[in-house]
Amino acid sequence: MDTTALLLSRIQFAFTISFHIIFPSFTIGLGAWLTVIEALRLATSRPVYRVIFDFWLKIFGVAFGLGVVSGVVMAFQFGTNWSALSKTAGPIQGPLLMYETFTAFALEAGFFGILIFGRSRVPPWFYLFSTAMVALGTTFSAFWIMVNNSWMQVPSGYVIENGVFVPNDWTRIIFNSVVWSRFPHMLLASYLTGAFCVAAAGAWYVLRKKYHAESRIMLRMGLGLAAVLIPIQLFFGHLCGGYVNTYQPSKMAAIEGRWNDEKPASEVLFAWPDVQNRRNLFEIKLPRPFGSLIDSDSLTAGETGLNSIPPENWPPVAIPFFSFRIMVGCGLVMLGLAWLGTYLSFRHHLERNRLLLWPIFLSFPLPFIAILTGWFTAEVGRQPWVVYGVLRTADAMTPFLTTREATISLVMFCAIYAFIFAFGTFYIYRLIRTGPAGKLSETSRLAVPSRPMSLANAGPIHELSRVVAGE
Amino acid sequence: MVMFWVSLLAISILLYVLLDGVDLGIGILFGWTRGEEQRRAVLSAVAPIWDGNETWLVVTGVILWAAFPVVYATLLSAFYLPLFFMLAGLILRGVAFEFRNKTQRMRWIWDLSFAGGSLIATFMQGVTVGALVEGLQVTKGQYSGGDFGWLTPFAALCGIGLCLGYALLGACWLVKKCDAEVRDRALHQIRIFAVSVLVFLVIVFAYALAEHLPILHRWIDRPYLFVFPAIGAVAAIVLALSILNQNDRWPFYTVAVIFLSAFGTLALSFWPYIIPFVVTIDEAAAPQSSLMFMFWGGVLVFPLMLLYTLISYSVFKGKVGTTGY
Repeated sequence: MDTTALLLSRIQFAFTISFHIIFPSFTIGLGAWLTVIEALRLATSRPVYRVIFDFWLKIFGVAFGLGVVSGVVMAFQFGTNWSALSKTAGPIQGPLLMYETFTAFALEAGFFGILIFGRSRVPPWFYLFSTAMVALGTTFSAFWIMVNNSWMQVPSGYVIENGVFVPNDWTRIIFNSVVWSRFPHMLLASYLTGAFCVAAAGAWYVLRKKYHAESRIMLRMGLGLAAVLIPIQLFFGHLCGGYVNTYQPSKMAAIEGRWNDEKPASEVLFAWPDVQNRRNLFEIKLPRPFGSLIDSDSLTAGETGLNSIPPENWPPVAIPFFSFRIMVGCGLVMLGLAWLGTYLSFRHHLERNRLLLWPIFLSFPLPFIAILTGWFTAEVGRQPWVVYGVLRTADAMTPFLTTREATISLVMFCAIYAFIFAFGTFYIYRLIRTGPAGKLSETSRLAVPSRPMSLANAGPIHELSRVVAGE
Repeated sequence: MVMFWVSLLAISILLYVLLDGVDLGIGILFGWTRGEEQRRAVLSAVAPIWDGNETWLVVTGVILWAAFPVVYATLLSAFYLPLFFMLAGLILRGVAFEFRNKTQRMRWIWDLSFAGGSLIATFMQGVTVGALVEGLQVTKGQYSGGDFGWLTPFAALCGIGLCLGYALLGACWLVKKCDAEVRDRALHQIRIFAVSVLVFLVIVFAYALAEHLPILHRWIDRPYLFVFPAIGAVAAIVLALSILNQNDRWPFYTVAVIFLSAFGTLALSFWPYIIPFVVTIDEAAAPQSSLMFMFWGGVLVFPLMLLYTLISYSVFKGKVGTTGY
């Protein structure tokens, strides 16, 4: 086997999946939020909801498109680079991902066209239904992906026959505590991403004194949602820590920077793990029994250290150690912003408090960073296993893959993704900078001469006149 | 149970070829459009449905993985480079739909990526099928053809053939969905591409004869296979008549039948092999416990997917007009 090809394949998978996850995590949250906005519009008939909906739908469209094209790659990459894995674990992973495509992909794709192009062609209730179906599709997708990934983290419900994972208990594969703590964790992360992006855009408009009504709705709804969801997210994050502690001692020891078995254990807050000498430099830690309390909800529990695990089964310690801390740090900053912001908005001080509006506006990368580092913790922490404890990553690769092939594909993906990412984020930035009115002016200009029907749907007259006035 | 999944696999492949074939074909023809108005009309003919169409490729992929893991693992790793080139093409084609409306000055980039991406993706699909027909080099259950084993003259010929075929399909769709100039041009293109496809088929057949491709023996063993080319021939005649009668809807359906007959011919010539002459369907099937679990997805959810497809096609039925949706 070609070790360079293995390294390149790992880089390629990490790169393409990290690129991909940025977009679904945004669209899952945004899709759910759009459904709420459209429902509010139907219920209240307030035109401002229509303006907000149309505005965010445009951004949703760009992000969704990027998610779709980068997602198709994932469906193939298991077979191209990791054919040994897809052959042996195919009987389990294949059906799970098949259910993902069947229940989610098709639902999203089918109703997405109606969402973007079909408003004038379907009754309002059906349009709301289509919005909800797209949101539901993205949620189903996340569910099956988490089931699949959780099986790779904690394999269960199978026997090995002729070197192949043969499923014998699907209930255990799908309904286990690992899935049901990780799936909500991912879903909440997506909702928080949507909420923070909406709030950040709102804060930006308030700072620039534009779109008075829209910006306040975005800011308050985004922050309020985040204020409620982040504590729940912290709770599910804690549950995820529980499964890692129970089933993946090597990952847990790396995350905690714990070298020796301790009973009860202390808790390392910050350090520089020195893998060569098996110790931490510049360590700041909480005394015993805080480690046991955090990892096992106990005052006396013993925790495993890396020294009692053979080094060939260690993950690269520094990556899970640091990425976990970055994730938690992002979460705590978001918690602070969301609570403070919501408190001030109850007291009607938020819109005048530029000192808080600036950090809220600049906070939009935080949920993305938290999601990426969370996944780095989970995935790098699982190494050197691809199916934890059973199949090594090195044994999962296509045996005849050459360095030349892997180089060509990796270079190609880097080039194309850099290209579309640059343009995609630039277009999203420009859409958000222009703000809600940009959309309105464009539809109305298009709608007036050729499609009188869509004029009726383009929003009440005062909004049109506002556009004409050049706002 | 295995037969059930073979049928769903066949339906998915066929739907992918017919539906995304339209999008890709229109992408190929996009290079010949003149002026923003025409381009907009051409794009509008597929903009709301392309995403759903491409989904059938993923459906095909996951059914293959779930029901026939060995085939998924073998084919995808053997066709490493052509598949990644195809994906690159699909990415460039896909983002163009969203991106080209976001800019004026840089629109040419996305027009280029739409046309170029469609062409690359189609060519690579054709090459893959061609290489599969020619036969994969497999030693001890493992692909042994090398990085570029798939790149043969025959495979390249099939790549060009599929470009012509999808372009024909795309032109038929434009006639069905568009008016005025776009429709007239497409009607003209149908003639060109229909003749080209015919010429291509003759060349491929001659090549297969000259090279003694193993697939030919199947034709001698199974004379009933000629039913499919016969259906295709009838469809071609109806196509010619419908063009002469200026009918806007029939060309698409007749070309769809031609694709169907080509697909049927290929599938039945491979039968019972799923990787031609190396792995049979029964050898490749996933364990019973996997197939049983998938069964409900196939019986309950698969028809739902067909329903979504129908809904989105019926919401966007009829001619698009010049302004688009």
